[in-house]
Amino acid sequence: MRSLDKHFGYAHTEFEMQLSGNSGVLEALPPALEPRPARSASLVDLRRGDAAILERIDLPGEDARRLMELGFLPGARVTAGLTAPGGDPCVFQVDGSEIALRRETASRLKVRVDGSRKKQ
Amino acid sequence: MSDCSSCHGCAPAAVLPFPGAALKTVAVIGPPNSGKTTLFNRLTGLRQKVANFPGVTVEQHTGVADLPDGRSIRLIDLPGVYSLQPRSEDEQVAHDVLTGQRTDTPKPEGVLLVLDSTNLARHLMLAAPILALGLPTLVILNMADDLRSRGGKLNLSALSAELGAPVALVSARQGEGIGQIQDFLAGVMPKPAPKELPVLQDVPKCRAWAGHVSGQAAYRAPIPPKWTRRLDSIFLHPIAGPAVFAVVVIAVFQTIFALGDPSKDAVDRLVQLCGNWVGHVLHNPALRSLLVDGVITGVGSVIAFLPQILCLFLFIGILEDSGYLARAALIADRTMARVGLQGKSFIPLLSAYACAVPAIMSTRTIENKRDRTATILIAPFMTCSARLPVYSLIIAAFIPNRPIVGFFLSTRTVAMIGLYLLGFVMAVATAKALKSSVLKSGRTPFLLEMPSYRWPTVQSLGLRLLDRSKVFLQRAGTVILLVTVLLWVAANVPTHNGQPPQIAESLAGTVGRTIEPIIKPLGFDWKVGIGLITSLAARETIVATLGTIYGMDPEKQKIGLEAALRQDLTPGGAVALLVFFAFAMQCISTIAVVRRETGGWKWPAFQFAYMSAVAYAGAFIAAQLIR
Repeated sequence: MRSLDKHFGYAHTEFEMQLSGNSGVLEALPPALEPRPARSASLVDLRRGDAAILERIDLPGEDARRLMELGFLPGARVTAGLTAPGGDPCVFQVDGSEIALRRETASRLKVRVDGSRKKQ
Repeated sequence: MSDCSSCHGCAPAAVLPFPGAALKTVAVIGPPNSGKTTLFNRLTGLRQKVANFPGVTVEQHTGVADLPDGRSIRLIDLPGVYSLQPRSEDEQVAHDVLTGQRTDTPKPEGVLLVLDSTNLARHLMLAAPILALGLPTLVILNMADDLRSRGGKLNLSALSAELGAPVALVSARQGEGIGQIQDFLAGVMPKPAPKELPVLQDVPKCRAWAGHVSGQAAYRAPIPPKWTRRLDSIFLHPIAGPAVFAVVVIAVFQTIFALGDPSKDAVDRLVQLCGNWVGHVLHNPALRSLLVDGVITGVGSVIAFLPQILCLFLFIGILEDSGYLARAALIADRTMARVGLQGKSFIPLLSAYACAVPAIMSTRTIENKRDRTATILIAPFMTCSARLPVYSLIIAAFIPNRPIVGFFLSTRTVAMIGLYLLGFVMAVATAKALKSSVLKSGRTPFLLEMPSYRWPTVQSLGLRLLDRSKVFLQRAGTVILLVTVLLWVAANVPTHNGQPPQIAESLAGTVGRTIEPIIKPLGFDWKVGIGLITSLAARETIVATLGTIYGMDPEKQKIGLEAALRQDLTPGGAVALLVFFAFAMQCISTIAVVRRETGGWKWPAFQFAYMSAVAYAGAFIAAQLIR
């Protein structure tokens, strides 16, 4: 278990994240977590090897659909992988594939940290 | 999708109306990175051709697959798509072909659905809309070798029963399971009972269904590819990664320089031999002159590039097929983002150093339309190999070869690198200007799938090279041949008492002198002017043109082309000519391909005007600075 780095350099990460300890690939969303737009972590908060459960995609329908077709579905488990030099874009492991996203996109993918660390 | 759901009722009846009858036209479809093209190549081999679907910018690959029983089947390779919802142009074409809505393409009688067996659950999402079409479909689980070696497995008959369609486990790369596909195409493959499939509109439901089906088939996902992880920890390492990237880019450049020269000399000699032979055989002086000075010299000077271009395409092919190109795009993304582009633009721009035509064709991987247009517009600024003979000739004529840093760096190399940089800088400046004005993008996310590393196959590389050389030779055989013949005629009329005129008195000379006032400020005379006009067809034609013009002048013929140029051009004019060629869009093929890829004359017209203006201004400044 490791906590999120809350001084990652991004304003919207300035809060304590509750580690849920849940795991599993496709999970239903606990309704209590639903409406917290300003206070949730996103994929950019994950460090290499961190896994999290995707909660929602804050992007227009068409863009969200593209991401979902690649496996970024709410409830899916996403693991942060390697990055390009300079840390952007970052590769994420999701649904059996590796997909690279830029920070600006990754920050729109809100997650709930599941705590368990996937082995690299 | 409404007519897909209506197909449901008739799905059982649509399964091969005549048992045992072979299918005539079959579509091949699958998500990107499913190995669809490898399979298509495996089935059709050399019997394939590439065209564009009329009216859209999507490439249409068709081929003929020969069955062991001697019959042949037409295969249509559809673009790689994740779903059949007609949103992008690719999806629209795939949807329209499969539903028989395209008048130019016959409605397929069957479908080969290619899925990656190592990522089955996600790839099965495409199975729902495809099977719902009600066409006889073979579900091909590709990359069986990977699945096995990484410890994945599944129950094929359970999957087949669950989908209501025959399933084949195949490795297109190794040729495993191809017999089953041929059985299906021949209509002799047993089919399971058809199954009613749910109509799924939204992605999460579709993914849940795919998960359920793969669960029913006892699918065990393979362990992550060990070698891909290991290689990525090097290729995406903060220090080693960029180093490897730099080595790869340098290697590509080295290919252009080093491998090109000896092979070019060989082709040159061959052309000369050909010319000598024709000169001996033909006795009619006019016809001999046309063939030797016009056709053979002109077309030969272009074919001389073929080895070089093929070397480069081999390189790019290896990078793409191995999976490294996606990593290169990832590494390049941040730098490309600075000029408003993205990592996927890097691949086309690198290819543009070989030739802008395939580069512009490869911009298809960029989904964002504005990024794609911007990449197309700046690609011709990259120093393509057609500029090399022009650069080589003028550099060799005007810059003495002196070493700067020992063996590695000489004055001529520096000049050459400087010209490469000049084009690159102008491309960056243009991209920046475009992306902050007319082509400013919305915030479409950048998505890049990282495929597993794979050994490129000789077959797929070979087919790629064959395809490229066909395109290139067609160009040399048509456009450039036409231009050289026209030029020869222009240089040989009007005749005086049956004798060809002095070059200055000929039609070409008249045209050259007419435009001389316009190009005089750049330091060019009328002979270079003729070269500029003929090189509108293709840049390298100017070398052949100047060769023809000086070849007709007995005095100049004695001293050779380089010395003749030194007499006619000042050093300032030479630099101006180099700058002009670095910037100008002198290539009919590029103009044609831009029109095709952007779907109209607007962008190619803008591009031609813009690049010509930049070329004129740049050459003018160079000529005024260096006197």
